[in-house]
Amino acid sequence: MWKDLFVKKKKYAPLPSEQARHEVPEGVMTKCPQCKKIMYTKELIKNLRVCLSCGYHHPMPARERIASLLDDGSFREYDADMISVNPLGFPGYIEKLEEDRRKSGLNEAVVTGEGALYGHPLVIAVMDSSFRMGSMGSVVGEKITRAVERAREQQMPFLIFTASGGARMQEGVLSLMQMAKTSAALKRFSNDGGLFISVMTHPTTGGVSASFASLGDYNFAEPGALIGFAGRRVIEQTVREELPDDFQTAEFLLKHGQLDAVIHRHELKETLAVVLDLHQKGGEEGWWRN
Amino acid sequence: MVAELEFEKPLVELRRKIQELKEFMKTADVDLSAEIEKLEARLAKLENEIYANLTPWDRVQIARHPQRPTTLDYIERLFTNFLECHGDRCFGDDEAIVGGIAKYDGLPVTVIGHQRGKDTKENLRRNFGMPHPEGYRKALRLMKQAEKFSRPIICFIDTKGAYPGKAAEERGQSEAIARNLFEMAGITVPIVCIVIGEGGSGGALALGVGNHIHMLENSTYSVISPEGAAAILWKDASLAQRAAETMKITAHDLKALGVIDEIIPEVKGGAHRNADEQAKEIDRVLRRSLKQLLALDGEELVRQRYEKFKQMGQVSFLPETIRAR
Repeated sequence: MWKDLFVKKKKYAPLPSEQARHEVPEGVMTKCPQCKKIMYTKELIKNLRVCLSCGYHHPMPARERIASLLDDGSFREYDADMISVNPLGFPGYIEKLEEDRRKSGLNEAVVTGEGALYGHPLVIAVMDSSFRMGSMGSVVGEKITRAVERAREQQMPFLIFTASGGARMQEGVLSLMQMAKTSAALKRFSNDGGLFISVMTHPTTGGVSASFASLGDYNFAEPGALIGFAGRRVIEQTVREELPDDFQTAEFLLKHGQLDAVIHRHELKETLAVVLDLHQKGGEEGWWRN
Repeated sequence: MVAELEFEKPLVELRRKIQELKEFMKTADVDLSAEIEKLEARLAKLENEIYANLTPWDRVQIARHPQRPTTLDYIERLFTNFLECHGDRCFGDDEAIVGGIAKYDGLPVTVIGHQRGKDTKENLRRNFGMPHPEGYRKALRLMKQAEKFSRPIICFIDTKGAYPGKAAEERGQSEAIARNLFEMAGITVPIVCIVIGEGGSGGALALGVGNHIHMLENSTYSVISPEGAAAILWKDASLAQRAAETMKITAHDLKALGVIDEIIPEVKGGAHRNADEQAKEIDRVLRRSLKQLLALDGEELVRQRYEKFKQMGQVSFLPETIRAR
């Protein structure tokens, strides 16, 4: 047809073929969800997963966190072999656990153990959101409780990094009860004068924020971390009111008096060392001694 | 008038028929008493069948019944000299939680509970029984006071959950709940918790760290509402009925999971049928509970509570051979 000669052919953006899409091996590059810049994952990891361009704090795997804070070779893991069961007989739960175990290289959503930070001995628990969104079921509750109990027995400070979507649905009310269990352990620890530092990382919500995460003698958070009890969508549906952009961010919580400080990941280790140093048992010799 | 529930429809039908016959007998000069007797026997049988085979979803409906007795209904029936104490001394008074001092058959106690309304007006005042942080802080203030004066604490649990709102987040909903869990664990007087309606998640647990935890037969206690669970798990809130079963939220489920101590029987058809009788059932269990706990000293009470929660949950261990790393 004559008409066709005058009609411009539509131009389509070339879509990469299925094969081409996989040419960049997964994980070599990482795109920052905040500034959309693409960077080498290796460089990002070297920078403690803080975006090189905008400072966004990417989620940090538990083992990387431990390596970034504790003195080389000092970490000794607790209860590494504890795994979840399916107490409610929840359909598909066991399969999901197995899948996450394979994907994350973790047995559960928290790693606990003891080690030293600049020589200060401590018990540490680090949650990892790559396992079931860091949700708390029986194992997470039990591992944290045992870690607190060991900190109490050994009179060591207890440090936790939280990252969790909340209680784990698939274990129902048993997940809920872990909130009470961990909080009770912390109460005992606190009564004995134990030091508990909580560092909330992205995201810390629901049953985890409403239990141990909020119970630190010092409650810190990483910049931009989402922290809250109820989900933003739930709140919007219930109250039908405009929520501020920074709603439930670490900065929002700081403004409303819910946190001691928001600390950049690059300054975290030094800050923790200061806190640990200030709480050393016995104290040093000085002019205040008679 | 007590609203009927979906599963009670066959009963309603039958009752109506019996009523009709009775009316008819009055006006017309026919003797239908044999017929009526037969129907009444059938009604009794059907009632037994239906109420003995309630599904979890049926129980959810009963637990949510608008006329179900609330904390204040039970306080009125179980205690004397109740003096309500208001306010958290920081921000305000949250009417979604009531609390105060009272006598329980002569024994001074502190009573605290979620309070919902039975009609729209009261529900607005009570925020549908969904507390803000100041509600939990008031509860904690009253518990600390009970501890100071060595009074046992009785908590009635009846909430859909802590209120999800902007102001609640700003004032630290998470911290308020966490603080209650933490402090309740260390209280040196007996704490008896009774779930009387819905036990919704952290908002319920914040009054739930007790030495004994009991549940009314048709109450529920769960990490999330059936609707919420269905929305998250299957992206479809209409599957709530299925979620009610899967999530194991009834008193019998919780007893089997080792979370609660006793199931308090309900009057036939549910507590809303007869609040007075229901209060008597609660009275029996509460009295026994307190008697046991009052024999323990402060340290023993704290230890018993700790051990109770410590054993909640189920875990396993990887066999040596396939341990990761």
